[in-house]
Amino acid sequence: MTRFTLNGKGVSVDVDPATPLLWVLRDSLGMTGTKFGCGMALCGACTVHLDGKAIRSCVAPVSRAEGRRVTTIEGLSENLTDPLQRAWIEMDVPQCGYCQSGQIMSAAVLLAANLKPSDTEIDEAMGGNICRCGTYPRIRRAIHRAAEIAGERRKG
Amino acid sequence: MSATTIVERGEARVVVGRREFLRTGAAIGGGLLVSLYVPLAKDGNALLAAEEKAFAVNAFVHIGADESVTVISAHSEMGQGVYTSLSMLLNEELEADWARVRVEAAPVDKVYNHPVFGMQMTGGSTTSPSEWVRYRKMGALARTILVEAAAQKWSVAASECRVEKGVVFHDASHRRATYGSLADAAAKLTAPADVTLKTAKEFTQVGKPTLRLDTPSKINGTAEFGIDVHLPGMLTAVVARPPVFGGKVVKFDASEALKIAGVKAVEQVPSGVAVIAEGFWPAKLGRDKLRVDWDLGPNANLSSEQMFREFAETAKKPGLVARKVGDPSTALGGAAKTITAEYDVPYLAHCMMEPLNCVVDLRADSCEIWTGTQFQTGDCAAAAKVAGLPFEKVQIHTTLLGGGFGRRANPASDFVMEAVSVAKVAKAPVKVVWTREDDLKGGWYRPMWHDRFAAGLDAGGNPVAWTHTIVGQSIFEGTGFASFGIKDGIDAASVEGAADILYGIPNLQVDLHSPKIGVPVQWWRSVGHSHTGFAVEAFFDEVAFAGGKDPYELRRKLLAGQPRMLATLELAAQKANWGAKLPEGVGRGIATHFSFDSYVAQVVEASVGKDGAVRVHRVVCAVDCGLVINPETVRAQMEGGIIFGLTAALKSEITLKDGRVEQSNFYDYPMLRIFESPEIEVYIVPSAASPTGVGEPGVPPVASALANAIFAACGKRVRRLPIRSGDLVGGSGEKT
Repeated sequence: MTRFTLNGKGVSVDVDPATPLLWVLRDSLGMTGTKFGCGMALCGACTVHLDGKAIRSCVAPVSRAEGRRVTTIEGLSENLTDPLQRAWIEMDVPQCGYCQSGQIMSAAVLLAANLKPSDTEIDEAMGGNICRCGTYPRIRRAIHRAAEIAGERRKG
Repeated sequence: MSATTIVERGEARVVVGRREFLRTGAAIGGGLLVSLYVPLAKDGNALLAAEEKAFAVNAFVHIGADESVTVISAHSEMGQGVYTSLSMLLNEELEADWARVRVEAAPVDKVYNHPVFGMQMTGGSTTSPSEWVRYRKMGALARTILVEAAAQKWSVAASECRVEKGVVFHDASHRRATYGSLADAAAKLTAPADVTLKTAKEFTQVGKPTLRLDTPSKINGTAEFGIDVHLPGMLTAVVARPPVFGGKVVKFDASEALKIAGVKAVEQVPSGVAVIAEGFWPAKLGRDKLRVDWDLGPNANLSSEQMFREFAETAKKPGLVARKVGDPSTALGGAAKTITAEYDVPYLAHCMMEPLNCVVDLRADSCEIWTGTQFQTGDCAAAAKVAGLPFEKVQIHTTLLGGGFGRRANPASDFVMEAVSVAKVAKAPVKVVWTREDDLKGGWYRPMWHDRFAAGLDAGGNPVAWTHTIVGQSIFEGTGFASFGIKDGIDAASVEGAADILYGIPNLQVDLHSPKIGVPVQWWRSVGHSHTGFAVEAFFDEVAFAGGKDPYELRRKLLAGQPRMLATLELAAQKANWGAKLPEGVGRGIATHFSFDSYVAQVVEASVGKDGAVRVHRVVCAVDCGLVINPETVRAQMEGGIIFGLTAALKSEITLKDGRVEQSNFYDYPMLRIFESPEIEVYIVPSAASPTGVGEPGVPPVASALANAIFAACGKRVRRLPIRSGDLVGGSGEKT
C-alpha cells in the first residue's frame, strides 16, 4: 500500500510500487487531468508537483510519492482562480489543450520561484513541455500576464 | 415538418447539395430543439416517419427552460476552434446570452453530414466555409420561433418584438420574456417558412475577437479526451503490431506476459497481438514480455535512402501531366538562361500529443464507441463491419481530440477497427491505447516527396518557362475517396499547390509519378501543400536570384493578375519591413502559398551559426481567408500552423531501414520547443468574401520562407527537409 497526499487529501493505493505515478493517478484514482504523451519524460504532458517541485509523473514510480504531497492540475485552484489559469483564459492559450495541464504545472513552479521571469527564463523553465499545436508564443505571454496578476494580488 | 426557404442576403458561396428541411420541436427533457432534416428519399411519408424516430437527437441547438443554450457541433474539436466559431455563427442569429452558450459533440447521424462532403467528418480546413450558412440558419430559426412564442403569449405581432441577449422584449407594453421561459411554448409551434439571415454589415458577434469556449475545461483537468474515458468494468489494451508494414503474426508466446499482475488476456487480432489488462501499465508491461514471431511480408527491405534515390531517377522521366500551359519545352530550349533544382522531403508522422486511443463497449446488439475522431461516418461503417452489426447499431461519442492534423480521419479507420476487434476478444468494455512509439511507427504518414524543377529565364531575367516533376505516393489511391481525389491518374492532393500556382508564367508544366510503396500514407496538416509550399516557393527564390531579381519584387510582378494574393504579399512585406537592413548574419526570406482557398504570405527572419545551427527570430504572416468569424482563431491557427511547419522544416523525419521505422519517441522525432519558437505576428487582410480555410494554410509557406531566409543569411540553398546543420556549415554569404 502506498500512501500520499493528493491535492490536499490523503490517498492510499494498492499497486505495484514501481508503477509510474501517472498511471496511478489516471487509472487507479481517476484523476485524468494529468496526461500521457511519451512515457519517457520527454514531453512534459504528465507534469505534476511533488512537494512543490515539478516532476514527470510518467517516469516517477509511485513509491517516490510515499508520504509526500502530490499536486495535479485538478488541485491547482478552486474555480480557475490561479493567476496562471486567469492568464491562460485571457491569452486564449489552449488549442487542442492536451498538453496544457503539464504546461501550467511547469509554469506554476517557475512562478513560485521567480516572481517576474524574463522571456529567456520562461524558455528555460518551459523547455521540457512540448505543444504540438504551437501555442508557445501565447504561453510566453500568459506567463508574463500571470506574473502580473500575481503581483497585483500581492499588492492588493 | 415545413420546408423552409432560406433567404440569403449575404454573398456566401456555399454548396448545399440536398434539399433540407428545418424542424423545431420539443426536447425529451423539455425546451426547444432546432434541427435539420436531410431527406434521402423522395417519399415524403417515409421521410416523415424516419424523421420522427430520429428527431430527438437531430438537433443543432437546444434551449433549456433553465436558460441553457447548447450548440451541437457537427464537427470535431481538435484545437482548431470550431466549437467556438460554430457557436458564434449560430448565436449571431440566435442572439442568446453568449455566457450561457455551451457546446456538445454531435452523435453520428446523417443530419450532421458535412454539407459539402456528404459524410460526417472534419477536415480540409472546411468547417467554417461549409457551415457558414447552416449554423446561422439554425440560430435564425430558433430566434424566430422564440419571438413568435412571445408574440403569441402577449397577443402582439412578432414584428413589434425585439431580442437582446436571450430576452424577447415588447417595448410598447414594457414586457419581456427570457428564451428559457419561452422554450417549451416555442417547441409547440411550427417552423416558419422563411428565415432571413443578417448581412455581414449587421453582424454583432461574427468578426469580433472571441475567447474560446473550451479553455476553462482545458486548464483545470476536466476536459474529456478519448484517453480519459472510463467505463465500469473497462479493461485497457495495448497491441503489438508488426515491425514492418504488412507483416503478419506467425505465432506468439504469451506465457511471460500473462505472469504480469493485472494482465487478463493476450489475444491475436487482425492487426497484431493484444495484451488486455486492468489498466495501461500492466498492459504495457505485458506487451514488453510478449514474444511474437512475425512474417515480415514483402516490405522488409524498404529503405528511405533507396527510395529517395529511386524517386530522383523516376523524376528524370516524364510523368502524367497534371497541367500544361503554353509550350514549356520549346520555351526552355529558347531561354537565355535555365536553372534546375531538386527538393526532397521525408515521411512525417502527425504526432498528436494525445496518442491514438479508442474505447469500445461491444454488446450482442450494439457497439458504443468513445474516441476523438475526425471521421465519424467511416469509423461507424468500419466498426459495424468488424462487429457484424448494422450501421445504426453503432454509436460514436466524439470526445475532444488531443490534436488531429488529419491522422484521426483515417481512410481505413485503423484505430477504431482495431479497437472493435480487441473488444470482440476482450469480452468487456475495452480502451485501446497507443504508446508514442506505436504512434510514430504506426504509419499513415505524410508521404515522402521528390520535386524536380527546371526554369527558363529571358534575357531580362524573367521566368518564361517552368517545369515541375513530382514523385510521391498517392494518398487517395485505394481509399473510399479515390473517385473524388483521383482524375485521369492524377491524385489532386499530390499536385495541389503546384499545378495551380498563381504566378503568371507563360509556359508551364507539372507532371506526376505516383509510385506504389507498402507504407500507408495519409493527409497530414495541409496535405500536398506541405511539400509544394516548400518546393515551389524555394525554387521560385532560386529563379529570382538567377534572374537578378528581388524575390519579393518578382513575386509582386508575377502576381499582377492575382489581386488577393498580391495584397496579402504586400501586407506581409510591409509589416516585415522588407528591404530594411537586418543585423549582421540575419537573413530575410519570403514566400506565398494559396491553399484551402486562402491566401497566405510569410516573411521569416533567421540566422545561421558557424556550426550551421539555424535560429528563427521572427515570422510575419499575412492571411486573406475571406470574412473572418473569429480573428483570435485565425491568429491562433496561423501561429500554430507556422510552428507545425517549422517543426517539419527543422526537426523531424520518419525514415525506414530494412523495412523498419527508425524513429520511436520525441528523442529521435523531435518537436520544436518553446526556446526555439520565434515571435510570430499575424495580420489579417480585411475581406468581405466568403470564409475560407484557416486550420491548414499557415503551414505550407513557412519552410520555404525559412529556406529563403537561410540563403539570404549564409548563401546556402536548402533543398531537403528537415534542414541539417551539416548542410549549412561553411556558409559565408557567398551565394551558391
